[in-house]
Amino acid sequence: MRRFRWVIGLLMIVALILGLIFYPPASLLEWQSISLMRFFFILSLCSIFCLYRILRGPTPADRIVAIDILGILVVGFCAVLGIPTGRPWYIDIGIAWALQSFIGTIALAKYLEGKGFEE
Amino acid sequence: MVEIISYIFIVVGLLFDLFGCLGLVRLPDVYNRLQASTKCVTLGTCSILFGLFLFRGFTASGIKALLCIVFLILTAPVSAHAIARGAHISGVKLWDKSVCDRYEEDKEAKS
Repeated sequence: MRRFRWVIGLLMIVALILGLIFYPPASLLEWQSISLMRFFFILSLCSIFCLYRILRGPTPADRIVAIDILGILVVGFCAVLGIPTGRPWYIDIGIAWALQSFIGTIALAKYLEGKGFEE
Repeated sequence: MVEIISYIFIVVGLLFDLFGCLGLVRLPDVYNRLQASTKCVTLGTCSILFGLFLFRGFTASGIKALLCIVFLILTAPVSAHAIARGAHISGVKLWDKSVCDRYEEDKEAKS
């Protein structure tokens, strides 16, 4: 039964990827390059995995790991968005987000240790 | 030619991102998940940013991408190490089939 559920989940993920690659929504077809749009879909699939781990993490440490990786993925989003649009300020958002994500992760890890911030 | 090389870098980075997040879902333990998902940072997103740098060259966005690579490589191992230390101190159990736990041995030897 457990293997059956795994097979069904894998089939759904593969169908999602193939559907997004070969039959993209019409509103996104106005982008310059069709391959960059596929990159965008793959990154959104990764962030869906991270959201699953945030929702169902058994311990707080799992959720903190997933939040860290989600912040890194947003930097990747900004880099991928900066290529077809040609605007240089997207990568500025990426740098600021990476800095803020690092500080937030350090603060959450100190909270996880159970000590105060003044140490 | 440069565009093709930059596309190859971006595809490799996206594959590492995808496999890291798959490991974040699949693996059984906090430490295993941390070990899989830290590959997202240095090999995934830094490779995407390096592809952006190759695409743009030495313009404003390209140099900002290089700065972002340096910052990510400096900070990501620090945050991963802090998370692992905090999880171990707060008492998260290892997986059942884990082989050794050196940090616990060190703490017992100190006390």
